[in-house]
Amino acid sequence: MTRVGAMIVALAVSMAVLSPILAPYDPASQVLSLRLAGPMLDHPFGLDELGRDILSRILAGARISLLVGLAVVSVSATAGSLLGATAGYVGGRLDTLICRIIDILMAFPGILLAIALVAVLGPSLFNVVLALSAIGWVGYARLVRGQVLRAREFEFVQAARALGAGTWRVLLTHLLPATLPTLMVQSTLGMAGAILAEASLSFLGLGVQPPTPSWGTMLNGGRAHLLDAPHLTVFPGLAIALLVLGFNFLGDGLRDRVDPRRGMGGRA
Amino acid sequence: MGAYLLRRLALTVPVLIGVATLVFSLIHLVPGDPAQAMLGEGAAPADVAALRTRLGLDRPLYVQYGTFVAGLARGDLGTSFRTNTPVARMIAERMPATAELAVAAMIMALGLAIPLGIVAAVRKGSWIDHGAMTLALVGISVPNFWLGPLLAILFAVEWNLLPVSGRGTPLHLVLPAVTLGAALAAILARMTRASLLEELRELYVVAARARGASRWRAVLRHAFRNSLIPVVTIAGLQFGSLLTGAIITETIFAWPGVGRLLIQSISFRDYPAVQGCILLIAVTYVFVNLATDLVYGLLDPRIRYD
Repeated sequence: MTRVGAMIVALAVSMAVLSPILAPYDPASQVLSLRLAGPMLDHPFGLDELGRDILSRILAGARISLLVGLAVVSVSATAGSLLGATAGYVGGRLDTLICRIIDILMAFPGILLAIALVAVLGPSLFNVVLALSAIGWVGYARLVRGQVLRAREFEFVQAARALGAGTWRVLLTHLLPATLPTLMVQSTLGMAGAILAEASLSFLGLGVQPPTPSWGTMLNGGRAHLLDAPHLTVFPGLAIALLVLGFNFLGDGLRDRVDPRRGMGGRA
Repeated sequence: MGAYLLRRLALTVPVLIGVATLVFSLIHLVPGDPAQAMLGEGAAPADVAALRTRLGLDRPLYVQYGTFVAGLARGDLGTSFRTNTPVARMIAERMPATAELAVAAMIMALGLAIPLGIVAAVRKGSWIDHGAMTLALVGISVPNFWLGPLLAILFAVEWNLLPVSGRGTPLHLVLPAVTLGAALAAILARMTRASLLEELRELYVVAARARGASRWRAVLRHAFRNSLIPVVTIAGLQFGSLLTGAIITETIFAWPGVGRLLIQSISFRDYPAVQGCILLIAVTYVFVNLATDLVYGLLDPRIRYD
């Protein structure tokens, strides 16, 4: 399953990078006479309500999804790791403050706070990344804090302190690298979550705005044509599901490798 | 148990204050003048000024916060700028629909996930196990805003078996509940399998088998009951994702709940209603988490003494 996930992700990344070459048509070009036409030889995925080639838009949308995912995970993982590691290592009032902020942010389920932030800031790609990063760092912070709380008593950390290493040196050179395997797993699974979240926001009209192609926006456009053009719904949704599945397979496989106990179990 | 309850309640209070403060500050994140944003660029300055006064935006920040908190204590969530009705009343009218959908989704998810998880655990390593867990992973990956329209195309458009939108009969509940509960069912199936596998490793299960219990008796009478504790906990904690998922599901199926009200309020820039909906969902989630923690404490006595 890990290999399947890696293949799916690699394929998606290749498609996104090569989309200007692979796309048979300009994602914005319209053939109004063929609007809502179903799959055909020249347009394997059909055309949308404005006569745009769906395959070309899906390829272009892959770039948006992967870029948003990468941006959100990068910002969240970096900020969350630094804050979590600092809270776990320094402890005291700083730890209490960061933990209370985490508790408050975790009181908002799922992407609710992201919906609220984008609602007030206005829908745009930048605001989507900002809103998702504002809630995304919390998971990484909790994870890294837990790991640092355990690791700070290890002998190699105490040895570094005895040799005169300052707080930042211990954090950046010794503790954070020790959390990298777990962070990798979390980041892979986080990509799936970020892609799904961006598509959700775009579906609700709060994310990427037309004419920029986004899979979520394409699905939203397909809702009005369930009767006469179901292909508007099928293909963008399939793209999202496959990419998210790929990242979930990959993340699950990485998690099994990082924690071998997860692979074991008993029989009745 | 009393000390545990008091401790958990004490931890909840600062979280609720933080949630209320964050929701209060949302309206102040609006770029520019919130009143201008609500009325649009072409609004007359006098109308903008009147709305600012009505919403209290012309008062100092600490006065606005005090008024907001005092209003919350009275159950006053402000007045909808769009409909001129109390936000609390608008939400109260729609809460039953959201609650009905969430409960139906939870029942569907548990009914599907627990048998699937048990079979996967007992037949670990078999094609049944791999198939069930792959299905569960697919269920987690398929977005509900795709699953919903697909189900609508099949069951409503193609086969004309179920209604595609609205609320009224039990049949109206089927597609939205399945759409909302599918991902939860997948998560719970994986959790049930993992938890049951942990229990099946325990010596008391081996002892039960040694005393002559059949495999299924050992699983269902002994291991399964203990494995339910984390499953129930996860189900409670995942209730929050049901609330957020309901926002999308209600939009797809025009289900007249709080989620649909939130999206409509956002499109009309009705920020008092947006604040009210966000606050209600967040507070509900906090109390569901609290209830889940307390139930967990009841089920597992070791937790109370942490």
